[in-house]
Amino acid sequence: MKFYIPPQIPRLALAFAVFISLFLILRHFLIPETFGEYGHYRGASLIDNTRPEIHYAGQQACFKCHQDIEDKKAQDVHSDIHCETCHGPGEKHVISSKAGDILKPSGRVFCGSCHIINAGKQKSTINQIDLDKHNVGKNCIDCHNPHQPWEMKK
Amino acid sequence: MGNEKIITSRRKFLKTATALAGATIGYAWLKSSQILLFAAKPKDESLPWYGIVIDIQKCIGCGNCAKACKNENDVPLEPFYFRTWVEQYTIKNDGSVNIVSPNGGIDGFKQMAPNEDIFKSFFVPKMCNHCSKSPCTQVCPVGATFESPEGVVLIDEKYCIGCRYCVQACPYGCRFIHPVKKVANKCTLCYHRLKKGLAPACMETCPTGARMCGNLRDKNSELVKFLKEHTTMILRPHLNTGSKLYYNALSSEVR
Amino acid sequence: MEPHYQHLYEILAHAQGYIFPNEIDLQWGILIVVYPFITGLVAGAFILASLERVFKVKILKPTYQIALLTALSFLLVATMPLISHLSQPQRAYEIMITPHSSSAMAIFGFVYLWYLAVVLLLEIWFDYRHSLVVWANEKTGIMRLVYKILTLGVNDISPRTLKWDRKLGYIITVVGIPSAFILHGYVGFIFGSLKANPWWSSPLIPIIFLFSAMVSGIALIMLVYMIVSYVRKKAIDLNVLDAIGKYLFFVLILDFTLESLDQIHRIYEAEESFEIIKLLVSGKLYLTLFVAQGLIGTIIPLITLVFLQFYKHKIRLQKTMYFIVSILVLIGVYSMRWNVVIGGQLFSKSFSGFTSFKVGLIGLDGTLMAAFWLILPIGILAFLLWLLPPWKMVKEEDE
Repeated sequence: MKFYIPPQIPRLALAFAVFISLFLILRHFLIPETFGEYGHYRGASLIDNTRPEIHYAGQQACFKCHQDIEDKKAQDVHSDIHCETCHGPGEKHVISSKAGDILKPSGRVFCGSCHIINAGKQKSTINQIDLDKHNVGKNCIDCHNPHQPWEMKK
Repeated sequence: MGNEKIITSRRKFLKTATALAGATIGYAWLKSSQILLFAAKPKDESLPWYGIVIDIQKCIGCGNCAKACKNENDVPLEPFYFRTWVEQYTIKNDGSVNIVSPNGGIDGFKQMAPNEDIFKSFFVPKMCNHCSKSPCTQVCPVGATFESPEGVVLIDEKYCIGCRYCVQACPYGCRFIHPVKKVANKCTLCYHRLKKGLAPACMETCPTGARMCGNLRDKNSELVKFLKEHTTMILRPHLNTGSKLYYNALSSEVR
Repeated sequence: MEPHYQHLYEILAHAQGYIFPNEIDLQWGILIVVYPFITGLVAGAFILASLERVFKVKILKPTYQIALLTALSFLLVATMPLISHLSQPQRAYEIMITPHSSSAMAIFGFVYLWYLAVVLLLEIWFDYRHSLVVWANEKTGIMRLVYKILTLGVNDISPRTLKWDRKLGYIITVVGIPSAFILHGYVGFIFGSLKANPWWSSPLIPIIFLFSAMVSGIALIMLVYMIVSYVRKKAIDLNVLDAIGKYLFFVLILDFTLESLDQIHRIYEAEESFEIIKLLVSGKLYLTLFVAQGLIGTIIPLITLVFLQFYKHKIRLQKTMYFIVSILVLIGVYSMRWNVVIGGQLFSKSFSGFTSFKVGLIGLDGTLMAAFWLILPIGILAFLLWLLPPWKMVKEEDE
């Protein structure tokens, strides 16, 4: 049964069909391959996020060479502190074994970054000192062995 | 009369055509958009489901965590970009609350008032909460931030368009736009370290063990044991973000 | 030091109280103020046009094509502030190929395309098609080709086909009204659905955005009608201005009521964020909220519009007053966008402090860029009015 279709409709339908097809084709080529594997994201991004370089080696790496310090540290109050907390990132040094590739910090300001007295710190967590009163002018490690702080040097 | 018949059958044709077109488009849309409106369900049971605990009683505000994070993750050293930072709260006897975070706590803190004026004071480390109903993931228009199968919220730096919607959506303020890479950036729980069996940099360098992360699925992990034995709280619980960062000894002044 | 960091250190020096360290820089700047302003103008202009078409408000007929072409001019520019604000604009296409269905922002691409192609372009085409066919026959050279292309090859101007132009145009307009609501409403939803920001998070925000959009669109058409008539050296019909003024008045009252409700509700509930928001409103937002948006943009226009309903004497004065009112209203709505977007980022999510905002002049996110995106549509409108002059259209017999 013939019915009247106004000429605008097929022409517009064609225009829209062309546009939508172009869009779908473009989309097919632009969409990243791994998209949607695990969720609404590029699956390959999970691998991308594992690529950044490691800077901190973790103290087990330190202990492979420095067992003597491992033993010393285990006996005193700094036992739970990991090496890189004070010595900074150690991965470079683990690879090169050069002393210059890792920090050997000392000084009142450095030790004070943890130990300086502050009302926000619990006394049960850490011993605190007033840097302006406690042996002013001396370096902390003049008396305290940083790996065995209560083994006073004298 | 003939006209009416034409009009009715035309109407029927249009209706059917529209319905079919609508259904096809709707199906194609649904299939391809993978609606992820609500919580990411941990699908793969063999993978860990990471949670974090921060013990405020143990934090001494040394700032090692913030410093180590910047070292490990290539974050600019300027005081405007932090994946993690430490705040100090000083509540005076008159009830006033003072909060500071100088350079994110990296250089440590100075006491803000004399002892006799202080009612109480404590340090609060902040970082990404790796929410299980993450609002930042919900709002990303392209899928450039997501919850990994292990429950770590990550960013796809190659896909982010820099619209900053996620930065607005995070109630904890832990996202920023990297000034050089020009994409969103935030704590990744050192995902690149976790996958190699290493601890995140902030937890590796915390001298008091105030920060820990672990597998919420493992009933024998330190983390789960801690959660069992302590009263912990998340930030902004009323926002229902599914935060997996549990604070021990969180005081009511903390936002 | 890099200028970007220099700028941030300056802001840091002006920060008050405690803000989260990452919050120093505002993420959404003046371009994100301009974008909802532009889509609001589009939606509002279209609603005014549909008043004539769907609700048969005959007095507005002289403004019908002007409103549509204005809407189109602004719509063509609407995406640009968004793209120039992205920090990776070359990846903007991703929103079209992998839109995240849980993100209000993701529907932008499709809503925009739907509104542009299915609503606005089609409606203009159906309305102009008869004239396009006639012009294609009259003109020569390149203009003949241009008009021929615009007809899409549908050259039938028999009464039957012309009737279908009107019918289909009517259907499109009816579809266009909710589409216009979605086009601008979703922007309000982008803000209103963010639970992290208490200045934005409210179910009222999308509605307020819509009503202020209608206010701005109506004011814009009033302004454009007056300017176009003046440029063409034609008399401005005061009855048209009175009719537009009436609609402007009612929508402005509704808009004002909704805004007041939002604030009263916030003051009454006084939940967690209230203390900092009170400081925000009475401090950094005082000028732009109470003076620009409230007094200049709402109260003065409302009083003037009421006055103009009763004062029917010096015609020239009345026309001048309408001219001023439309400008004041536009300033007010722009300020409203500013207050929402910038205001929401000035206070910290710690609820304990403020950062500060200095708009840069140059750069992709600066004032000059924003001004360019606002002025460009005017140029496009001038071009469209030359290409598709409403006053040269073929006169149809009225139904």
